Amino acid sequence: MTTIATTTAPPRARKLVGAGRRQWIGLLYVAPAVALVVVFFLIPLGMTAWMSLHNWPLMGERTYIGLGNYVAILRDTRFWNALKFTAYYTVIVTIAIFAVAFPAALFVERPRPLTNLYRTMFFMPAVVGFASASLLWSWLLNVDSGLFSPAAYELGLIDRKFNLLATFQPAFWSIIAMVVWKVAGFTMIILMAGLQSIPQDLQEAAIIDGAGPFARFRAITLPLMRRTLALALILSVAGSILAFDQFYIILRGGPRNQTLTAVYWIFNQSFVSFKLGYGAALSMVLLVILVALSLVQLWLLRKPEGLD
Amino acid sequence: MAQAASRNRKLAARIAEHSTGIIASLLFAAPIVWAVLSTFKPAAEARLPPLPPWPTSGFSLENYATLDTFGDGLWVSAQNSIYVSVMTVVLSVVVSVLAGYGFSRFRFPFKDLFFILILSTIMIPFQSILTPIFLVLTKLGLHNTLTGLVGVYVTLQLPFSIFMMRNAFDAVPREIEEAARMDGASNATMLLKVMLPLVWPGVVTIALFAFLGAWNEFLAALVLMTDQSKFTLPVMMTALQSGRFGAIDWGAVQAGVTVMMVPCLILFLALQRFYIRGLMAGAVK
Repeated sequence: MTTIATTTAPPRARKLVGAGRRQWIGLLYVAPAVALVVVFFLIPLGMTAWMSLHNWPLMGERTYIGLGNYVAILRDTRFWNALKFTAYYTVIVTIAIFAVAFPAALFVERPRPLTNLYRTMFFMPAVVGFASASLLWSWLLNVDSGLFSPAAYELGLIDRKFNLLATFQPAFWSIIAMVVWKVAGFTMIILMAGLQSIPQDLQEAAIIDGAGPFARFRAITLPLMRRTLALALILSVAGSILAFDQFYIILRGGPRNQTLTAVYWIFNQSFVSFKLGYGAALSMVLLVILVALSLVQLWLLRKPEGLD
Repeated sequence: MAQAASRNRKLAARIAEHSTGIIASLLFAAPIVWAVLSTFKPAAEARLPPLPPWPTSGFSLENYATLDTFGDGLWVSAQNSIYVSVMTVVLSVVVSVLAGYGFSRFRFPFKDLFFILILSTIMIPFQSILTPIFLVLTKLGLHNTLTGLVGVYVTLQLPFSIFMMRNAFDAVPREIEEAARMDGASNATMLLKVMLPLVWPGVVTIALFAFLGAWNEFLAALVLMTDQSKFTLPVMMTALQSGRFGAIDWGAVQAGVTVMMVPCLILFLALQRFYIRGLMAGAVK
């Protein structure tokens, strides 16, 4: 899960159980967690950097080539195309998710009959896995056995069945629709949490001052939701940059390799072509992008000055 | 007169609101309902477009039965998925409860460093370190084993679940522990008998996230599990959908999708408040 905003906990009373030696037992408690992070995280991370400096086939000799892989990346137009496509997808899908999630959050925020039901219904697709959702939609989108194309045909909207996955535009927008369906409920809940944290008396005071709903939204809701909006935005952007499942399962990177995302390209280089060193160098590039993004996140999520 | 008009306007507004809500709810539910209903069609009918979604030529479980005929069968993959998910839940709960308690209640060298180290793993996508993870697992003799996959999944859960458990333990008043210590409780008794019941809601939350994470994960399972007998459900169903076992049997694929979706939906509906709590804990902080 990537829902953590890493902020420091409020200052806690520093009165600890026992004293001196006994405190060292704490190391034992955290040891398994630290060991896991070292084995499955720190060491692989170091290895990625190390491997990226090598020509490292799955079998056979590996050779040190310095920055050779990175030089090769500069000329790897397909990787840059994948990055460009990933960026394009990220922007479009994030806008689309917010366009659905924000109105939904406003809709389910106020307590009224059935609100809980609506929340649950909107949220349900979010607990289904991306792989399940992709398999489901690959069926719905199928030209012969699926739903959309045959249904449009039966209704007389089109005169012959149309393969949604055969050309770039319809395939791309089909993926956007599927991701919005799957993710909007999740973003909605986060935005709703932000909306609910706005003090009610502020809104009431504004109403007394004669502010209309639009003015209130702009002057109160949006500024007070800055951190929530930033969090929802970052989660959506980080998730989209790492997109893989839906493009692999529904489109297999097609049509004509136009929907290869960055992770997909790394996957192909590392686990289809088995160029492990080159894949590691590509991973380093992706990693730098994501870390830079995380730093932006920390800045966006900073506590408002003078508050808290 | 004016009152009646305003009452009418309110009623109209309410009707408009609820019809919007109901239509939107149906749109969100439709793909799931469509898939689940269509799995009960006989195989021949399942090949046709799902119009209408429910079976018209008789109820049948054929699609579920045929699933077991592909490769090593659905049952093997389902068992793998269950094993991986349950082990991920158990281990991430044990590791996170211990670590959360340690970080909340003790002072020891490198404490802050370790805590930041664990939390910062969230910044780095595991997708970018999969190759070395593959090599590390090979070194450990865990290559192509479900246990290795569990190790990876537990590590992925740690930043969220340790953060969650640390906060849960922080919220327990120290007086409770001091009283128990007066009564001579040891560290272990303290944690299991006194503290655990108090942080139980947090435990349920992290268990739920661990289950959903492991049950639904695709890329790591695809890369790390190379032997068909080790496939988890998402990998197995994708192989089936890609036509690896001959012509694509969409009825069977949807039956598999249903098997994958239903546990998530049931758990979510049963434990909704814990799920939302987890989300909020991350969001509002």
